[in-house]
Amino acid sequence: MRFLLKNARLLDPGNKTDIEGWLLVEDMNIALVGTSQEGHPDVSGVEVHDLQGCWIMPGLVDMHVHLREPGQEYKETIETGTRAAAAGGFTSIACMPNTNPCNDNAAVTNFIISKATEAGYARVYPVAAITKGQKGRELTEFGELLAVGAVAFSDDGVPVADASVMRHALEYASSFNALIITHAEEPSLATGSMNEGVVSTLLGLKGIPNACEDIAVFRDTCLAELTGARLHIAHVSTKGAVEIIRLAKRRGVHVTAETAPHYFTLTEEAVTGYNTFAKMNPPLRTEEDRIAIIEGLKDGTLDAIATDHAPHSVLEKEKEFEAAANGIIGLETALPLSIELVRQGYLTPLELAFKMSYNPSHILGIGGGMLKKGMPADLCIIDPNVTFTFKKGDLFSKSYNSPWLGQKLKGRAVMTIKKGCFTHKKSG
Amino acid sequence: MTSNIRHKHLLGIQHLLADEITHILDTAESFKEILSRPIKKVPTLRGCTIVNLFFEPSTRTKLSFELAAKRLSADTVSVSASTSSVLKGETIIDTVKNIEAMRPSAVVIRHSSSGVPWLLAKHVECSIINAGDGINEHPTQALLDAFTIREHFGRLNGLKIAIVGDILHSRVAHSGARLFSMMGADVSVCGPVSLMPPKPEVLGVTVSKSLEDAVEGADVIMSLRIQKERQEKALISSEREYARFFGITSNVMAYAKKSALIMHPGPINRGVEMSPETADSEQSVVLEQVTNGVAVRMAVLSLLLAGSESQA
Ligand SMILES: [Zn+2]
Ligand SMILES: [Zn+2]
Repeated sequence: MRFLLKNARLLDPGNKTDIEGWLLVEDMNIALVGTSQEGHPDVSGVEVHDLQGCWIMPGLVDMHVHLREPGQEYKETIETGTRAAAAGGFTSIACMPNTNPCNDNAAVTNFIISKATEAGYARVYPVAAITKGQKGRELTEFGELLAVGAVAFSDDGVPVADASVMRHALEYASSFNALIITHAEEPSLATGSMNEGVVSTLLGLKGIPNACEDIAVFRDTCLAELTGARLHIAHVSTKGAVEIIRLAKRRGVHVTAETAPHYFTLTEEAVTGYNTFAKMNPPLRTEEDRIAIIEGLKDGTLDAIATDHAPHSVLEKEKEFEAAANGIIGLETALPLSIELVRQGYLTPLELAFKMSYNPSHILGIGGGMLKKGMPADLCIIDPNVTFTFKKGDLFSKSYNSPWLGQKLKGRAVMTIKKGCFTHKKSG
Repeated sequence: MTSNIRHKHLLGIQHLLADEITHILDTAESFKEILSRPIKKVPTLRGCTIVNLFFEPSTRTKLSFELAAKRLSADTVSVSASTSSVLKGETIIDTVKNIEAMRPSAVVIRHSSSGVPWLLAKHVECSIINAGDGINEHPTQALLDAFTIREHFGRLNGLKIAIVGDILHSRVAHSGARLFSMMGADVSVCGPVSLMPPKPEVLGVTVSKSLEDAVEGADVIMSLRIQKERQEKALISSEREYARFFGITSNVMAYAKKSALIMHPGPINRGVEMSPETADSEQSVVLEQVTNGVAVRMAVLSLLLAGSESQA
């Protein structure tokens, strides 16, 4: 397999470069990269794709996905989830352990990896549970799980309620130099079903205050500082959490953080009308928080954009708001929503490549995230200007629980290439 | 005798306009007159079927809706849905769709989860009337309270109304506050801060710093029911202390206007939210509220349903 991608805007976080140029793929790898002025080597007989100014980024990396297999295949399978990932421009994803059975042992980790290899649409990196059964008590076998391919540990979906268990998890993880990802939530304050504030008052719904997240983020950064371990904060949604992480980083705590496109795009207003497609945990917050999240992305406090892709069927979403499940799908909307940050001048295209590829791949330690000669050709080709309507029938995910259903979005992955092979190609 | 309002459902006071509220109250007035006649029945909704679907125990609201429907010559069926159908795996949408297959004109719903009437309105063809959803709204209670106040003062505009107690969990307070402020009343709320919604002012009220402040010069004092489990969840310390600092007593009433009315949505915890002598005083209109409930619900049913196609 040998092909040339020309007339592209090459966004390479590895070299911190943003240039007009071309990229040659050979034998699954990036063979050569050059500027337009340099001219490409003789490519007679080679497939040439004229990208007409589209962007080439290293394949996107989503470090927070729920694939639902094993156990809830009616919502998503590893195959449909990775197919959706490819359609969204992702070549690597990390999947959370709250499956059924939960990924707290090597058998489940192995199962996920073999299923993903079979499907072939994206590299799948399992995140194993911190505690057995995600019950918050006994630690899973970190060493063995790492040995079979787990890349991090998280009880995502539920917080580790007991601070001493979290402390020990961080300590134990550091003996393997492993990463702990925290779903930061103080459970006793998380009894509501949306953000606590104006809209919860208007809708007569119990709220979840920002303090619920802030307290947990503060607790876990303190524990990371105490233990010296590596901590990553999942789905940051509050202004307070951004400030706490900013200060922790300044003190040299080994902490990284992600946010999701919904937290910099929507606010609690989206819940109006008891819209369960706007119900998630942490909940959508206020405009003040939304702005703080964007600030956090800009100044580097928030390292990565992750989707928290959480497929659910009508069974979980078409019901009483308080009883409906949390979460929305995100793999196929993340890129257009994030490109909006570029359009509005908050991030440069190169910075976006850091947030969506280089940084998450480095936090997880999975390699990639660069356009470097000799590296596997994991690429995402983006037309930032194409507009499309986000429709149920066009989705690759099995579920359609998204607040953007039926809306016009701008910018998308037109091709996704994993190890030199096309995993997604948008015709027309 | 009545012209319809533009709504198909009565979900919450939040969707009504001031002139629609006036129209409902005017209509209720004419029904109240009918209720004083020896034959208390009109043929307005003959041929209509109204289903009362109560997922929460209630005697007075259910009875009031049943009576209102009967006085309008509608057929009524009351279903006290326990959690049994939910346990069997049937969703609330399925339950209501099954009921709808029997072609009722309206389903009157009470449910413990906020927003359920809105959910059902999206999925069914018949009218949905909210008889109380979670801690959100109870629009017919607010209408009957407004009716009672208007009967005494001839207006709502310019009155000072104090709502006292568990504002956070009270759908009566949420609907009432919206309605009274929309009609031009000056509404203040008072209660332990642990029982206040996060942003009470968005309901059109001002938050009083003290009970005396709230009641000072008030025309109406509405006291709300305090539930036992608030103590278990550490929201209040004790009923005894609650009664001392937030209970309506004759001492508190001394701050209000002489002509002030005392209201309560019932049932009253005597000696807690209200002292017995206050509850039984001349100023208390608690029983009038119950009587007016039927007239107001007749008005709501007839305005929403009269002329609907299922009417014979
Ligand atoms: Zn989470
Ligand atoms: Zn998650």
